Amino acid sequence: MSVDETMVRRIATLARIGVGDEQLPGLVKELSSILDFVEQLNELDTQGVKPLTSAVEATMRMREDVVTDGGYPDAILANAPERDDDYFAVPKVVE
Amino acid sequence: MGDLTELNLAEARDGLAKKEFSASELAQAHVDAVAASAPLNAFVLETADKALAMAADSDARLAAGTARPLEGLPIGVKDLFCTKDIRTTACSNILDEFTPTYESTVTQNLWNDGAVMLGKLNNDEFAMGSSNETSRFGPVVNPWRGADGQNLVPGGSSGGSSAAVAAHLGVAATATDTGGSIRQPAAFTGTVGMKPTYGRCSRWGIVAFASSLDQAGPICRNVRDTAIMLTSMSGFDAKDTTSIDRPVPDYEAALTGDIRGLKVGIPKEYRVDNMPAEIDALWQQGIDWLRAAGAEIVDISLPHTKYALPAYYIIAPAEASSNLARYDGVRYGARKAGVDLEDMYAGTRAAGFGEEVTRRVMIGTYALSAGYYDAYYIKALQVRRLIAEDFAAAYEKCDVLLTPTTPSAAFPIGGKVDDPLDMYLNDVFTVTVNLAGLPGISVPAGLDKDGLPLGLQLIGQAFGEEQLLRVARVMEAAAGFAARPQAWWKDQ
Repeated sequence: MSVDETMVRRIATLARIGVGDEQLPGLVKELSSILDFVEQLNELDTQGVKPLTSAVEATMRMREDVVTDGGYPDAILANAPERDDDYFAVPKVVE
Repeated sequence: MGDLTELNLAEARDGLAKKEFSASELAQAHVDAVAASAPLNAFVLETADKALAMAADSDARLAAGTARPLEGLPIGVKDLFCTKDIRTTACSNILDEFTPTYESTVTQNLWNDGAVMLGKLNNDEFAMGSSNETSRFGPVVNPWRGADGQNLVPGGSSGGSSAAVAAHLGVAATATDTGGSIRQPAAFTGTVGMKPTYGRCSRWGIVAFASSLDQAGPICRNVRDTAIMLTSMSGFDAKDTTSIDRPVPDYEAALTGDIRGLKVGIPKEYRVDNMPAEIDALWQQGIDWLRAAGAEIVDISLPHTKYALPAYYIIAPAEASSNLARYDGVRYGARKAGVDLEDMYAGTRAAGFGEEVTRRVMIGTYALSAGYYDAYYIKALQVRRLIAEDFAAAYEKCDVLLTPTTPSAAFPIGGKVDDPLDMYLNDVFTVTVNLAGLPGISVPAGLDKDGLPLGLQLIGQAFGEEQLLRVARVMEAAAGFAARPQAWWKDQ
């Protein structure tokens, strides 16, 4: 399975990574070669095999539904590129 | 007193207990060694003041008779572990000068046990790589050099950890392993690296790469030190939902030296095409060592081995594309201004992610996208089950498995960067273990024709760390690996 420039551009949009036109040919080649490599999985018949999502079969633990953490906005905002009072600041979203 | 950086972890521990030297002297010797190691590029941040302050505290405790298990022992920390008030970058530009306001559980466990922090260690960006060449801080240089004096990679992604331990810049280092990132660098540097069972060490506070595969573990210079480090790093943590609540044994006490009657499985599928004859010979040597120690050798089959790497290169990128969605220039790290929010995201991520990370996020995004999800992601998870079932079947016939750790010794810097697939093949023997969630350990076993170290890997059963370490210690004793790299970096 190979990808073309249109597909690479679509993937880049989904991944929210800006990709310049000059990068497209290289990415087409690299992503296609990786996809060709993983193609060999199709040699295997996996009909009826249950997907394994976790290596350790464990059930989620339950805990009391109480607040156990929080109350330190300054620590949470300490690394923000831009903040406004106790909020993260981003470029204007709604005109 | 001699050069205190010559001491391995257990030796330093015992010397401190006997008051042969102080923790401050031990820390100072290591701080000086780190400061003189710039050509290796193993450390991305040195924390000398912190090390000396922690060592002073250790000296007070040693004097008061309240020493903890790792009291005063200087270690390095892979830059993937969040360290409170100390810059943590995962060696990615996108994290910029990120300074956590919290401490990872594993490093907190180590500090609680008295360890002393020397600094943060280089790694491949977001732990994606097998050569430590994708770091924003540049490549790490292996302390070992080939016959021609060429600079070699230290393996990856924990290349700073493996190089630092091999060069005696710390008695141990923390590391992480998603597809081989502890064991492969250990093999390339003549050190011992162990990935414990998934769930044994908390993942909380470790920068996430592929959460169902990531696991922390130690790199040390011998098996005993590895057992001591693992005892302190392990344990249940309510903050990690995949942490397993079971007691942590004293792993050092498991090193009895007795493996009589143990069944060691040899998986025939690990004899791959083009494998150098010397690796095959070393593997046979390992078999002979364990047989001579009283183990029984059993031929076994792991039929889906060849599909592990392709399955991994769907599953790991898929999880990475999801985990790395958080780097959006809003809450932490670098931001590149844009005309609107979408443009800010795209620009920030384009500027912040390196080539390999971009490649993997894009592969993962593709594999998870509408129309391709079943064909790639679900298919890979089905194959993952077949691989896990291979191991389950094998462990009905044997107790541990013995394989080579890597298909080659360390290669030259720049040797594989232009071919991602060739680089991926480094993990062919290690990646199955992550997919099945099992513990694995690499032990230095010999040198290749150029005088470079080679490792053998032992794979255990889930939570079979005690047995695994016991066999590893027996193999280490039989191998008698004593070679050391020349300290060329000190003269530069």
